[in-house]
Amino acid sequence: MAYVAVKGGEAAIQESIEGLRYERLKKKEILEINSIQAGLRGLIDQIMSESSLYSEELASIAIKQTEGNAEEAVLLLRAYRSTLPRKHYSRLVKTEDMQVERRISAGFKDIPGGQLLGSAYDYTHRLMDFSLVEETKAEAMKWLEAYENRINEGSSPIEALPKVVDYLRKEGLLREYPEDSREPKDITTKSMAFPTERSERLQALTRGMSSAVTALGYAAIRGYSQLHPTVGELRIGSLPLYIPNPLSLQEASAEEDFYIGEIKATEVESLIPIVKESQGGKKEIIFEIGYGICFGQNETKAIAMSILDQCLERPSKEFPTHDEEFVLLHIDGVEASGFISHLKLPHYVTFQSELDRVRRSRRGGNENEDSL
Amino acid sequence: MKIAYNYAFFDEGSKREIRRATLKAIAIPGYQVPFASREMPIARGWGTGGLQLTLSLIGKSDVLKVIDQGSDESVNAVSIKRLIQATTDVAITDETKEATLLQSRHRIPEVPLQENQILVLQVPIPEPLRWIEASEYATKRLHADREYSGAWLMLFEQIMKHGHISTGADHPVEINDRYVMAPSPIPRFDNPKLHMSKALILLGAGREKKIYAVPPYTKVVSLAFEDYPFEPEDFSDKVCRLCGSKGVYMDELVDEAGIAYYQCNDASYCLQALNQSDKQTEVMG
Repeated sequence: MAYVAVKGGEAAIQESIEGLRYERLKKKEILEINSIQAGLRGLIDQIMSESSLYSEELASIAIKQTEGNAEEAVLLLRAYRSTLPRKHYSRLVKTEDMQVERRISAGFKDIPGGQLLGSAYDYTHRLMDFSLVEETKAEAMKWLEAYENRINEGSSPIEALPKVVDYLRKEGLLREYPEDSREPKDITTKSMAFPTERSERLQALTRGMSSAVTALGYAAIRGYSQLHPTVGELRIGSLPLYIPNPLSLQEASAEEDFYIGEIKATEVESLIPIVKESQGGKKEIIFEIGYGICFGQNETKAIAMSILDQCLERPSKEFPTHDEEFVLLHIDGVEASGFISHLKLPHYVTFQSELDRVRRSRRGGNENEDSL
Repeated sequence: MKIAYNYAFFDEGSKREIRRATLKAIAIPGYQVPFASREMPIARGWGTGGLQLTLSLIGKSDVLKVIDQGSDESVNAVSIKRLIQATTDVAITDETKEATLLQSRHRIPEVPLQENQILVLQVPIPEPLRWIEASEYATKRLHADREYSGAWLMLFEQIMKHGHISTGADHPVEINDRYVMAPSPIPRFDNPKLHMSKALILLGAGREKKIYAVPPYTKVVSLAFEDYPFEPEDFSDKVCRLCGSKGVYMDELVDEAGIAYYQCNDASYCLQALNQSDKQTEVMG
């Protein structure tokens, strides 16, 4: 019995999946996971940040599997993350303890501890380096050895640099808040309800698509907000992670903590002048801090996040960048790309339903129309 | 690094949490229960809400049917079935009456559902008031106050503009004399099947992180006015070209000569009707 209209889909789908594999392999090269992990740091950092899963190895596998398609790689890792039980929560991480690799301030020329450029694209000329086509492993090794020798002479890692904003805090130029030690909310275990708390907003922002967070942050400083931020401090480095001793019977003490590794992060504290009415109705300007933090080296995203953090601290319907539902519900990569791409699914039933109504309206209104 | 996945993909804690939200949804018909929607191995917006419900409910003795816009063999239905089967190994069927658990996108099957069945519907926009009020904060309050003037006004405005109610699929319903609910975009034709359904109907919206339910034997009424009654899509004069069925939801197709013809949208129903008529022909022949 021929049943062409609905049968045969399964074989076609299988063929499409095989085709995808063919696309990945047809040039007869196998991309090694090690090569991806060694050479695609930028993509790995972006993907780890958007998928909120810190593993360079898993990110590298995802990149290989998806042929470097960031949106697919993030989906893959998020879906994998869904299956992982939450076994431990780390101790509070203080970014003062960061082993700093790069740290700059746009607000102050001289900062305690100094500006530390680290490695960044900011200072390069964006000219195509055609010599990379001919790069050999032997040359690279020679350069590497020389570089490492030079670096290791006399330098030691920099730890515990003071925060730039502390300097302003001492001077009383920052708005003071009482310490908030409430347990942060986790949007992956309880969906956001509006209005949100700051912990929820920061979590949604740090998981957001780099390009979306950047675009909205850009809109905010281009006219779709009243804020004028200055980067007080941008720091990049490793943060050590500890968990309380899980075997400890009593309340575990900090001395017994287990060190479980470190993560690399980008942290930004932006300074935003705000007009405040003090007692007696006198107006004065004070700084608020916009906060941004991301896994890996994701500087633009972290800065944009710090701007949006402050935008959302000041809810307003005047600008979409100050509307938390507008910002937080649309920057998630998995959600945005998923819903857009679902338009590729068949819509025969829903479209038929619409067609029915379109035809109905062309036939003229209801019989009762005249009696209206 | 090489970790196999748990039975039905999720860890047991996740399943339990989804079931807790489901129980609450059943207890308050039509109320959208927020839940910690997980990222799934298929794209968000492709049925992840339905999939999470299915995976939280499925057990070894279940028989699963997955349909997408009426078809068991549609791309996404196949993909979802494969994923569920890869982590559970349950039996799969195309036949509506054989299934214990049915996941569907935008259709309720033509074969009436029974008490031993659960229908899971995939939902893109669970909020019936979203087109009237963009803010989630505001719509939550409108539901709490049972303030549904917006939904009524929307229908009224359609009548003023078009002379009739012009909702396509997803025509809002009132459930249990309390909540106004989006029936997921099922065609209006399927709305009456929600009323006093023998089967439990669960609706899952993954991206929007909501679960809601139509418990068995619950009153469900499509919103309409006394003088402008609710109208399902009209296929009364259409006959399925394949199986000759009438009175079901039809797909409209166009043949090479450019003439429209119709066939059952519910492919498994159509196949069943075909087999039935084949048998009859044999007996008669």
